[in-house]
Amino acid sequence: MEFFHKVTRFPFMNTRKVWYGLSAVLILGSFVLVAVRHLNLGVDFTGGVVVETNFTQPPNIESLREALAQAGVGGAQVQAFGSSRDILVRLPPDPNAKGEQIGARIQDIFAKTDSGVKLQRTEVVGPQVGQELFLKGAWALVATLVLILIYVLFRFTPKLALGAIFAVLHDPICVVGFFALSQITFDLTAISAILAVIGYSLNDTVIVFDRIRERARAARRLTISQVIDESINQTLSRTLMTKLVTLLVVVALLIFGGETLHGFSAALVIGIIAGTYSSIYISSALALDLGLRNDDLLERKLTKPEEIDGLP
Amino acid sequence: MSGYPRWKIVLVAVVLLVGILLALPNLYGEDNALQLARDRAAIVDADRVSVLKLLEDKGITPNGAFIDQGRLTLRFSSKQDQLKARDVIGDARHDEFTIALSQASKVPEWMRNLGLAPVKLGLDLRGGVYLVYQVDIQGAVKQLLDHDEQDFRASLRNAHVTYQDVRVDYALNRVRVLFRDADAFDKGKAAILADNRNMVLTDTTVDGAPALDLVLTPELIRERQTSAVQQNIIILRNRLNSPELAVSEPQVAQEGVDRIAIQLPGLQNSAEVKKILGKTATLEFRMVDESNNPLEAAATGRVPLGSKLYYTRNKQPVLLKRDVVVTGDQLTDASFQPNTQDGAAVSVGLDSRGAAKMLKNTQENIGHLMAVVFIDRSREKNAQGVDVDRTTEEVINQATIRGVFSNNFQITGVNPIEGRELALLLRAGGLAAPLTPVEERAIGPSLGQDNIDKGRDAMVYGMLAAFIFMAIYFKVFGLIADMALAANVVLLTALLSYFGAALTLPGIAAVVLTVGMAVDANILIYERIREELRNGVSPRAAISAGFDHAWSAIFDSNITALIAGVVLWSFGSGAIRGFAVVLVLGIFTSVFTSVMGSRALVQVIYGGKRKLERLSI
Repeated sequence: MEFFHKVTRFPFMNTRKVWYGLSAVLILGSFVLVAVRHLNLGVDFTGGVVVETNFTQPPNIESLREALAQAGVGGAQVQAFGSSRDILVRLPPDPNAKGEQIGARIQDIFAKTDSGVKLQRTEVVGPQVGQELFLKGAWALVATLVLILIYVLFRFTPKLALGAIFAVLHDPICVVGFFALSQITFDLTAISAILAVIGYSLNDTVIVFDRIRERARAARRLTISQVIDESINQTLSRTLMTKLVTLLVVVALLIFGGETLHGFSAALVIGIIAGTYSSIYISSALALDLGLRNDDLLERKLTKPEEIDGLP
Repeated sequence: MSGYPRWKIVLVAVVLLVGILLALPNLYGEDNALQLARDRAAIVDADRVSVLKLLEDKGITPNGAFIDQGRLTLRFSSKQDQLKARDVIGDARHDEFTIALSQASKVPEWMRNLGLAPVKLGLDLRGGVYLVYQVDIQGAVKQLLDHDEQDFRASLRNAHVTYQDVRVDYALNRVRVLFRDADAFDKGKAAILADNRNMVLTDTTVDGAPALDLVLTPELIRERQTSAVQQNIIILRNRLNSPELAVSEPQVAQEGVDRIAIQLPGLQNSAEVKKILGKTATLEFRMVDESNNPLEAAATGRVPLGSKLYYTRNKQPVLLKRDVVVTGDQLTDASFQPNTQDGAAVSVGLDSRGAAKMLKNTQENIGHLMAVVFIDRSREKNAQGVDVDRTTEEVINQATIRGVFSNNFQITGVNPIEGRELALLLRAGGLAAPLTPVEERAIGPSLGQDNIDKGRDAMVYGMLAAFIFMAIYFKVFGLIADMALAANVVLLTALLSYFGAALTLPGIAAVVLTVGMAVDANILIYERIREELRNGVSPRAAISAGFDHAWSAIFDSNITALIAGVVLWSFGSGAIRGFAVVLVLGIFTSVFTSVMGSRALVQVIYGGKRKLERLSI
């Protein structure tokens, strides 16, 4: 079985203005969404208390909220978590909150509604810790981006590198925009998902670039624009195929992985789609508009590490 | 292709075999178990036999019973047996053992002897409590200054030097001794230096009178702070490992500069453990001031010079001498004795310095009263959210010294519950700096099981989808890729088991993601082979070219993922680390299996054929 038995001839370079426009909309849209709707930061970053409880019967959330307010537990957010029998209570940071006590207290209050209510999980994060985790997360994002940037600069000609860097920035921005749009809780697992997306998004771009370099040397009569089109088309089957398989497993995570992994898997789905898009439509086109010429690819000696070349 | 070296095939086979062996313990699963420990003594084989006999009489047969590090582990086939056995042992030998419910792997003896163990499950999968404490490193410096102040006073007193005062300035990290005249200053300085050889003191004058300053240097402060964190880790570990608490497999580790993270797998209620961990209880021995009336001192508020007013448990005032005979840090050993003729007691041992002082004191004071003061420092937040240290000091016992004793004696007057706790705290040592809890996560066991089920489902269905897709799309080569994927999961499991890295739910997600990414390398190779075939290259040459040409792209794309993985790993925090560890290990195993492994398999399948006309790709 093959998707494209013959190599396709899509004119990616001639239509690139359209794709630039789409990317611009996605990126600007993400910024606007974050600015307007904000991220729904999880307890990891804001500090506070999260208590997860399991009821025997789906409770009325409104009445639980009232019960908490009456018992003097102020500022509580009550929501269903996954199923309608799993109820999550979130409280703002409280210097006096002691984990084992707040959990038991909420269980006691809820037990009046449903005597079989079970305490599943209690998390107490001090505001100081939350702030630090947020900074650490931001630091991890920046560090990864910088390191990958250095790698790309070292690995490719400057113009290709700039195209790759754009792709690397493009994908996590879309993911963050998605978090702002969907209001899915942005916590530590979301950070891991974004870093995985950054690590993974270059994958396709690298493979297209590899092919461009190879074709530029082999077919010297073609213009650079033709070389790029040809390279993207030649690798298209592989790009779509791998992304499809990866999406399959990530969708399995999304469906079966439960509420805890929900944000994580959703971020990966968005990241993979954005990554595929940016590597096909954007990164090589940018390199072209930055004035990439055949000569750029010919002069430079391959930095391909020869010693590991013999491994397979 | 016939040129493909045989040793590479052998290498792949050997790696795979080792991987299978290391991953094997994971197939055995776990039993419900009990862990028995004895207060201050190891459990020996005779205990094992007698406990087994006891259970047998009640009709319970454990699946296994082994002693490891002085603790006896009993495995049961059902939860009912486990709980029943706990009650039986608890009723019959209540005072002897502490019993903890736990899980024990069913891995056979010979495997355990080889050091093989199943993958450890993270707290989110097995349930438990995760605690992070902030070490008050400022408090550690404060303690050091207080200690120096006490020392100076003692040195001056012993040398019979008169002085005005010894003052501590916490803001300046300074202890200042104020003298009346130059003569006292000289004597005093000599006395202090005699007791503290390497101390650097500065001479100064305050309001015309001579004074002596000790100022802590920044190096000394930093050193004190690091050692305070280290010391607290050791003390917390001691406390958690003491049988009184009955916590199985606690883990204590430093996190960042001044935090300590504690993992308590399987623990349900953290209240008792937290009570013990944050405590700084200790004892002091002081002589009773018998020449003054404590009731009068309490009523008037005028306490005689050289004495200090205390209260007993029953709120009765007592006057004690200011000079301490022995302090808690001179205790070397403590154990709880539930049944002495005077009721519950704590037996204590003193170090040589403490023993010498106690000996001298008892020789000089036969017939006089000595008191034991229980001191408990706890830290609480007041209404404004500011930390407030609260110290409770109570006289728990006053007794007439009837004979001379030094390093070993008993303290009576404790109640059974606090006696046990006191023995634990005294033995584990005092905290070097106060602790405040800053983060706490507790996951119930049913949620853990739920997470395991969900993770397993996601893994099975995700991998199944990838397997079927590859087989349909690439036929025989797709099946080769599937085998490489399976080998990848085996190797990953082997590495996780071998390194003892804990598998978390995000870790399972990383396994699934790794499978998705590992497919990528094979698709690159096979698409390349197809392309070569389309260009009319012979099958053998196409295979070689496919593997060779795809390699640089595979290398590049995995490097970037590796960079992200390593940064995540260094990030350190629990859930993220679980993800990063699997991601990084998975990158290595997936490159190995999908490049080297599948190449070897292709060689085994197609290499022997003389004439290769078609490839099933």
